[in-house]
Amino acid sequence: MQLKETMKEFKEKAKRAENKTALYGEDIDLSIYSLPQEEENISSLSSLPVELQEIAKSSGIDVQEKERSGSYIQLDQSTIYSRVNEIYKGQLEIISINDALLKYPEIANEYFWKTLPVDQDKYTAFSELHSKNGYFIRVFKGQHVEIPIQACLLLKENSSVQNVHNIIIMEEGSSAQIITGCAVHPKVDEGIHIGISEFFIKNGAMLTFTMIHNWSENFHVRPRSGAIVDDNGKFINNYVLLKPVKSVQMFPIATLKGDNSHAKFNSLMYGLKNSKIDVGSKIVLSGNNSSGEAISRAIANESSIINARGSLVSVNNNTRAHLDCRGILLSEKAIIYAVPELLADGTPKADLSHEAAIGPISDEEVEYLMSRGVSRDDAISLITSGFMDVKILGLPDQLENYINELVKLTAKESL
Amino acid sequence: MLKIENLSVSVEDKPILKDINLEIGDGETHILLGPNGGGKTTLLLAIMGLPKYKVTNGRIIFRGTDITNMPINERSKLGIGLMFQKPPKVTGVKLFQICELTSGKKLKFEEIEKFSEKLNLREHLKRDINDGFSGGEIKRSELLQILCQNPSLVLLDEPESGVDLDNLSVIGELINELLEKDKVKGRIRSGLIVTHLGYILNFVNSDKGHVLMDGKIICSGNPRDLFEEIKKHGFERCKECN
Repeated sequence: MQLKETMKEFKEKAKRAENKTALYGEDIDLSIYSLPQEEENISSLSSLPVELQEIAKSSGIDVQEKERSGSYIQLDQSTIYSRVNEIYKGQLEIISINDALLKYPEIANEYFWKTLPVDQDKYTAFSELHSKNGYFIRVFKGQHVEIPIQACLLLKENSSVQNVHNIIIMEEGSSAQIITGCAVHPKVDEGIHIGISEFFIKNGAMLTFTMIHNWSENFHVRPRSGAIVDDNGKFINNYVLLKPVKSVQMFPIATLKGDNSHAKFNSLMYGLKNSKIDVGSKIVLSGNNSSGEAISRAIANESSIINARGSLVSVNNNTRAHLDCRGILLSEKAIIYAVPELLADGTPKADLSHEAAIGPISDEEVEYLMSRGVSRDDAISLITSGFMDVKILGLPDQLENYINELVKLTAKESL
Repeated sequence: MLKIENLSVSVEDKPILKDINLEIGDGETHILLGPNGGGKTTLLLAIMGLPKYKVTNGRIIFRGTDITNMPINERSKLGIGLMFQKPPKVTGVKLFQICELTSGKKLKFEEIEKFSEKLNLREHLKRDINDGFSGGEIKRSELLQILCQNPSLVLLDEPESGVDLDNLSVIGELINELLEKDKVKGRIRSGLIVTHLGYILNFVNSDKGHVLMDGKIICSGNPRDLFEEIKKHGFERCKECN
């Protein structure tokens, strides 16, 4: 299909879904938000205004760029920085999605709306119908990028919508880690982030993608993500939410198309204040001997509501997957709703399983730690930090330690 | 070191201990014998201050301070250490973390590692507390934590239960070390050891024994003599002393 026709078809489908309510989450009136102004480029991350550097840091971004192979920074709706570190040139490319469409027009046909439908709901439709930005990250064939790639989506304009469409391509036999930090400037009171992310994990490739959300109390978030994993490919998707948000709703899907392919979704969610969190993951096991795992740890405090969903679907007999969903409720005003779903579709030999548990913090454990001289609050904080087991994310030490510190801080501050 | 005066304790409104009086001097080790369900563990947990064990009468004085209404962690900081009989598993909290915290952050990882080597627990330091530990490992982990805490009064609840004979002598030696039994003079640390089976008496020298039955201390004396009598005639004979 010609590019123009493809684009036209996307737009037409999107137009028809413009008012289509999403299956889950609070319905948001997008007309009250405006698209922000263009921002100027920066020459390095250290030339970002100090307050933006600080919020980027709090979302796992290394502003010195020493421990990162490449960086992408988007401020509101503008790509203000994208760079591959000198020694990693030739291994990967990072450019804005708009530059990528100019440089490689064929990607619209090959990669846009291939992992999820453009007319899924009003948010995917909005993304297609309005001006957008986002990153295009491609790791070249056979390249193993040893240190993480970082992307940061920042917002400083109040009452605006950040519209993002990211494409991530792991070429055959490549491997990499991407950390994406999303955060708002303290002066941003309200707004919405719509983020489409499409992942393509080709034969024998491996990607660990870690997203840290750091929004604000009146901010809505609607990420829409999909991944296609080919033969022997491996996709690990980590999600960390430790700050209050007005609402976040997402249900990323990984389609394991290839033989021996694997996907793992890990989520660590801390519900604070009036946050409405509706986060799930879906794994479709289609390839022979494909396997998946979805692990979530949720702590709901204050008046937060957490819907922790998970869905495993087997459409091939020789597949297996497990779902593990656990929650702790710290407040009588909070709610956790764990919804694990298993679907074996004509696959009598597929092995799907789940465990879900919601429980209190055990007095016996708290008192045991107190008998070692720890105060009650510190004992609860130790137990909740331990419950949010960062090890499940499978990150390099530096990143794991960093997220561990964030978890400890949240556990302590929330008491 | 410890003075218990007319102590009565209830658990969920059920009276368990009745009018207990007990005094342990500096450097002394006392043994608490008695049948199952007699109230031995209740006494230790009440001294430690677990909220489920409600003091309905009397008081507990530790080194001159009335600790009857003091929270658990304050008692611990003041110098009371408890080796639990059946400690819980604490998911996500590592053994070295609690060792570090109980030392008041005075011990560095390397120092904790040295203690752990002595107890053959080096590999367990980075594991969740008591997660998948065997019976012997749990006892050694409890002892490791007590060593790191360095308390003035050590409360040991059935240190021999669930431990095989080989490990029993190791644990006995460590308890002797903990209670400074190598010192003839200048011993300060005191101990109160609860035992049902009495095996620990073969390994640990103690100064005084008490028999606790039906919530009351009904007999006190030389611990070995008491145990020999109990071995011959059972706990029922103790009632006659009362």
